[in-house]
Amino acid sequence: MKFGVIVFPGSNCDHDAYHVVSKHVGQPVDFIWHKQTDLSDYDAVIVPGGFSYGDYLRAGALAKFSPVMNAVKDFAARGNYVFGVCNGFQILCEAGLLPGALMRNSNLHFICQHVNIRVENGAMPYTSELETGEVLSIPIAHAEGNYFCDDQTLAELENNNQIIFRYCDENGEIVDRANPNGSRSNIAGISNKEGNVLGMMPHPERACEELLGSNDGRDIFRSLTKAIAEK
Amino acid sequence: MKAKVYVTLKPSVLDPQGKAIHHSVELLGFEKIEDVRQGKFFEIALDADLSETEARQAAENIAKNVLANPVIEDYKVEIVS
Repeated sequence: MKFGVIVFPGSNCDHDAYHVVSKHVGQPVDFIWHKQTDLSDYDAVIVPGGFSYGDYLRAGALAKFSPVMNAVKDFAARGNYVFGVCNGFQILCEAGLLPGALMRNSNLHFICQHVNIRVENGAMPYTSELETGEVLSIPIAHAEGNYFCDDQTLAELENNNQIIFRYCDENGEIVDRANPNGSRSNIAGISNKEGNVLGMMPHPERACEELLGSNDGRDIFRSLTKAIAEK
Repeated sequence: MKAKVYVTLKPSVLDPQGKAIHHSVELLGFEKIEDVRQGKFFEIALDADLSETEARQAAENIAKNVLANPVIEDYKVEIVS
């Protein structure tokens, strides 16, 4: 089993993701420079957070044209796992691997804080080690995390159980005041229809050690590892 | 030959930046402002050999695939020779 962490100019959570995979998941992992076009060595690819291409034009808009992204599209189309976090989620939406778009936070602020998210679907490759309804404490750090999609897309996401995480209060209630950025339907993370591509704004790779305030992120990586092993 | 491309949020999409600008404009004392929407403006210099139709096609393609995100934005292209 081997993980890859894609590095764009401006990625800055690549080392965190690498650290978590090598130390907490205990699996081999490589950095993949964005000019690479061969992903055949890998079982899962992480598209990490950061400010790829300085967030010029729109967050993630220019990264989708990096050579590696065509390879990522083929990789995903063959059913392999692609996991986008924060800027990675924005890139996957811009690239059309996930539906919708991430817009400026409704309060216009860059928000950096721990939030609670509820597991909405605990029976998919990224959440099998979690329970549906479980509440995780995971940090967010973004200015463009306001998830938007049209009514039809939202209905499809709901009907296919593609909404994986929602912002919630400490009791797991999905309420407006627990929604940090104005996301539609409190959406914090979604998958594609097949469940092999996941994007989320909160940073599970920053929540894998008690020292950092939470280790709730570990179960997401453990679930993914299990899914790869069982594939 | 130049193409001017205007990218705006779809009317159905909330524009928090436009709202903040609207608020600031009101603080400055301007009245009777109903709404402010923010967008982006691009100027693309194109080869002078292109016909207007070819230039428009090229600019529309660039706008659709790069400059605008069709999930949230509309675009308008003007060709200036």
